[in-house]
Amino acid sequence: MEDSMPKNNDPQTILRMEEIHKSFPGGVFANRGVNLEVRQGEIHCLLGENGAGKTVLMSVLYGLYKPDAGSIYYKNEKFDARNPKDAIQNRIGMVHQHFMLVETLSVAENIILGQYKPWKVLNNLDPVIKKIQQMSKDYGLNVDPTSLVQDLSVGEQQRVEILKALYHGADLLILDEPTAVLTPQESEHLLDFLRQLADKGLTIVFITHKLEEVMQISDRVTILRDGKTIATVNTKETNPPELAKMMVGRDVLMDLSKKEKQPGKIIFSVKNLNVKDERGLPAVKNFSFEVYEREVVGIAGVSGNGQSELALALAGLMNSEFDSIILNEISITKRDLTRLNQLGMAHIPEDRQKMGLILPFSVSENFIAETFNDRPFSKYGFLQFKTIKNYSQSLVKKFSIRVGDVDEEIAHLSGGNQQKVVVARELDRRPKFLLVNQPTRGIDIGATEFVRQQIIAERDGGAAILLISTDLEEIFALSDRILVMFEGQVMGEVSPNPDMIEQVGLLMAGKTIESVL
Amino acid sequence: MDFVSIKKRLLKFSRSAWTPFAAIPIALGIGAIVLLIAGYNPLQAYAAMWQGAFKDRTAITEVLIKATPLIFIGAGLAVAFRCSIWNIGAEGQFYAGAVAATAVGIYLGDLPRFLLVPLVLIAGASSGALWGMLAAFLKNRFGANEVVTTIMLNYIAIFITGWLVTGPMIETAGLFAQTAKISQNAWLWRFLPPTRLHTGFILAVVVALVLYIIIFKTSLGYTIRAVGINPEAARYAGINVKRKVLLAMAISGGAAGLGGAVEVAAISYRLYQLISPGYGFDGIAVSLLVNNNPLGVIFSGILFGALRSGAEVMQMNAKVPSVLVFLIQGLVVLSVVAFGVYSYVSKEKEE
Repeated sequence: MEDSMPKNNDPQTILRMEEIHKSFPGGVFANRGVNLEVRQGEIHCLLGENGAGKTVLMSVLYGLYKPDAGSIYYKNEKFDARNPKDAIQNRIGMVHQHFMLVETLSVAENIILGQYKPWKVLNNLDPVIKKIQQMSKDYGLNVDPTSLVQDLSVGEQQRVEILKALYHGADLLILDEPTAVLTPQESEHLLDFLRQLADKGLTIVFITHKLEEVMQISDRVTILRDGKTIATVNTKETNPPELAKMMVGRDVLMDLSKKEKQPGKIIFSVKNLNVKDERGLPAVKNFSFEVYEREVVGIAGVSGNGQSELALALAGLMNSEFDSIILNEISITKRDLTRLNQLGMAHIPEDRQKMGLILPFSVSENFIAETFNDRPFSKYGFLQFKTIKNYSQSLVKKFSIRVGDVDEEIAHLSGGNQQKVVVARELDRRPKFLLVNQPTRGIDIGATEFVRQQIIAERDGGAAILLISTDLEEIFALSDRILVMFEGQVMGEVSPNPDMIEQVGLLMAGKTIESVL
Repeated sequence: MDFVSIKKRLLKFSRSAWTPFAAIPIALGIGAIVLLIAGYNPLQAYAAMWQGAFKDRTAITEVLIKATPLIFIGAGLAVAFRCSIWNIGAEGQFYAGAVAATAVGIYLGDLPRFLLVPLVLIAGASSGALWGMLAAFLKNRFGANEVVTTIMLNYIAIFITGWLVTGPMIETAGLFAQTAKISQNAWLWRFLPPTRLHTGFILAVVVALVLYIIIFKTSLGYTIRAVGINPEAARYAGINVKRKVLLAMAISGGAAGLGGAVEVAAISYRLYQLISPGYGFDGIAVSLLVNNNPLGVIFSGILFGALRSGAEVMQMNAKVPSVLVFLIQGLVVLSVVAFGVYSYVSKEKEE
């Protein structure tokens, strides 16, 4: 697909980004050779999972990050924004996920913020206010330039951000997941408005991971995955299941040799779990499942459909309501959830840097994150450094973690090796039930393969495993049964038969099991 | 040597443990310029300062006496700061300790020495700890920012002290706003007469050492540091974050309260409203100067004690007004922080 992109200076092309690379400390490769071509006057969706590199790519364009490699052509000229001011002057506007507004200032003051000249004591705002009033009337935006930003609703604040970009004469407008903060009605309004703007000749890049939005608003869509461009397609010639597949699928890395499933007893079961997200909206709805011993149950789904909340609730890190949770024949109360560790559960969390690891701590200090209070690592409250070091070295060897010295700060390790530390720590506790969330996100192929083999080995060793992943290929490679999650609910159960991938894609897009089988 | 390699060397240096102390000559240098502009001879002023701190045995012991409350407070704050609790309330916790110690020292004055001295110290430490835990409770229960609550609790503690020494606890003569002297049985031993050096200094060093061991060698310290760096990861690992916050504030406040008790039992022998000339705030710099390491606090505490002690003599002998003395102290803190930020930012950039 990449080859089909016009390499010549197509008059239609307003922006071309070629082979953009950008990495961050800690071995995070956000962009690994991304290509993007945007045409004049179109709405171009940038589709991908969280962490696929969409925002980073646009931040590179906007001058917030400097790319490690790659080139950008904007309006047929080589373009290299050193900072956002550069970008704005070149008529690029960006509306960030988190608004960049000063709440205590008025709309008009916010809009001219960057151009405010402090030495001119009496900045006359009247012409600015007039212009904004005119613009807001032209676009039907209904924004009062004299009201304070703190008095505006989230939707109105977003309109101010868009107005700000238009005021500075943007020809190219970037919106980063603009509907994430809006109610459905507000989202509808926004999409209508963006369509209007595009009809007037504005070019829009729309970052999202919601398939329906792509279908509804875009002319073309570029799919990113793991920091790479997967394809650019015309929206009219595609459909949600295909997009979902491109967004989450991955070329088959390897053939995991997996022993036939040995039926066993139920190790972990959940009845009617309900979880509310941070905003108090239901994220997991009447979720029930069970996991048998020597079994991997995969939870497939497009990210943002309640997987994170499900994992956090099961790990006791988020409030939840449930009829029953049974672990290894012990009925779990709400109180017990915070000490599932002791009851034989291990958890490989979604975000290793935020949750799984304490980055300024050493590798060995991270190995004892859950066992620091137990013998032999601690005696009479004193840490046994020698024992801890020996233990760490043995784990490093066993899991072939590449690290010079176990006393080294874990922040210096690559993402793959950091993840191996988490996996090593959790698996070494020989859990009865293992909760795994996105175990291979953002790590290299070698580490991915290793981590997956470890999960399979754990299953063959008798553990019950719940695997949450937005990577369909991973789900199919590892699972014995697949549950598809959509908007917090189980849409259906399927077997990991490669022929079923189409059906899983449909279930992920919200189709019912009856309609796809 | 080209610019880049100079910069690299500077960077490497700026990350070493001794860096903060290198900020002091810089601060004194800037201070010299200020002194010059104000019309004083900086050499004379600094000579007086040096003399004031290190001239003879008495001068040196006075430095250690001034350092004692700073070491107590600084070591306690190091624990709170390691837990990412920004306790600005050591001043109030120091007062809380001093009040409780005075009360025990006066009202239980008939007890024998071997009972009274420990009781005074325990009263001071627990009173300071409770004052600190109050802020932790407000944070845990209502999410109140500890910076705000601890500052407010400072005022409350200081004004309660003011009320006590002018009202209920005023000395029998009633001439001055101060309490009566505590019982002699509560006095700490001044072991190097004729100097005032007392066993409280040794206790301060021991407390700093113990807190160092707790923070870096025990599983309890591990949890406190983990909570300080990444509370979410700590929670994931099964650590009760709120309990650690409460504990860190108890330790921090307890150490400050112990400092207040020692000040009463070894130096002032009584309570008055201005018993602390701002030890609680200097203690913040004392801890930050050594990257919140309780062991380092012993040295930075002595350094600040020397600055304070020397500054008094500088004021007397070189006739430098006290505002300039405070200015130089402020410059020391500022340059330490600037050094820290520089090495932090350049480290980020490099990576």
